[in-house]
Amino acid sequence: MDVVKLQKQLVDYRASLYHEAFLDEQFTQLQELQDENNPDFVVEVVSLFFEDSERLLNELAKALEQQSIDFKRVDAHVHQLKGSSSSIGAQRVQKVCITFRNYCEEQNVEGCLKCLQQVKHEYSLVKTKLETMFKILAAGGSIPM
Amino acid sequence: MGMAAESQFHVLAVDDSIIDRKLIERLLKTSSYQVTTVDSGSKALEFLGLHEDDTTNPSTPCVSPNNHQEVEVNLVITDYCMPGMTGYDLLKKIKESSSLRDIPVVIMSSENVPSRISRCLEEGAEEFFLKPVRLSDLNKLRPHLMKTKSKDQHQKQEKQEEKSAFQSPKQQQQEKEEHQQQQQSSNNKRKAIEEGLSPERTRPRYNGITTVV
Repeated sequence: MDVVKLQKQLVDYRASLYHEAFLDEQFTQLQELQDENNPDFVVEVVSLFFEDSERLLNELAKALEQQSIDFKRVDAHVHQLKGSSSSIGAQRVQKVCITFRNYCEEQNVEGCLKCLQQVKHEYSLVKTKLETMFKILAAGGSIPM
Repeated sequence: MGMAAESQFHVLAVDDSIIDRKLIERLLKTSSYQVTTVDSGSKALEFLGLHEDDTTNPSTPCVSPNNHQEVEVNLVITDYCMPGMTGYDLLKKIKESSSLRDIPVVIMSSENVPSRISRCLEEGAEEFFLKPVRLSDLNKLRPHLMKTKSKDQHQKQEKQEEKSAFQSPKQQQQEKEEHQQQQQSSNNKRKAIEEGLSPERTRPRYNGITTVV
């Protein structure tokens, strides 16, 4: 596939991620911080996000399996996930976290379990999208700004 | 580049989130600051050379060898919500220390809670940034950093730098970005808070230049 086609595919794909609210302008901020001296910045931050999120999702699953749920602990994990998703611009994940925190405050187990499923789902969607975008990037070179 | 002065400024960034540490480090380095990041308030105090006993002797003169910092830090930027010592606790400890109280402290938070913000500002924080922090936010740090260096000499130097900065295309581009970002939603909250609490903050020198443009 030639570079021009790849770049167009990348531009279109990226546009769709914004359009469907998988990503918001914070992701653009990250891209603007990347330059020749720090060419892997976005990939590095996103990779940290993946690792951190997976850890948090595991902790959340464990915390919600307990006989007596510690909602403060659950809330603390969701707060972290909300923060990191906001920092990279993963808007849909962030939005679910907001609802999730409300259920924590209400100590609503069912609501929390539902949100956990939702946040896992949104996380896996945005992860796939970002990985696809990085693949196109790797094949085509740089992101045209 | 007239940015030589900034490479001398050393900022200590404190955040328990590894993602946010990476982000703030990049933002600060892009703004030509030297950066050290730590993941907790206690590590920050350690880095600043503050030991438990020092805070119980607020009248200890700065010349005392016990209070001497290993490395000079010109500004501390810290997250508010951290396990153990919060950003607010860290701010308090710094302001209570005779050796550290002149270091400007900036608080960051993902939550826009007015009472939290005023509490921090009252305790002596110079600025309160909402996360995610942007490059345009970091432009607000410069006046605070300039204050900590020797006053008159640097004010003159700063005026000269602003004149040449005004002419540089990169600076104009940064200001354009700042202006564009100000027209977008989220920054309005920050501006509202600033305007309400301190008239001086609405007129740092960069805003002066922007209005001229």
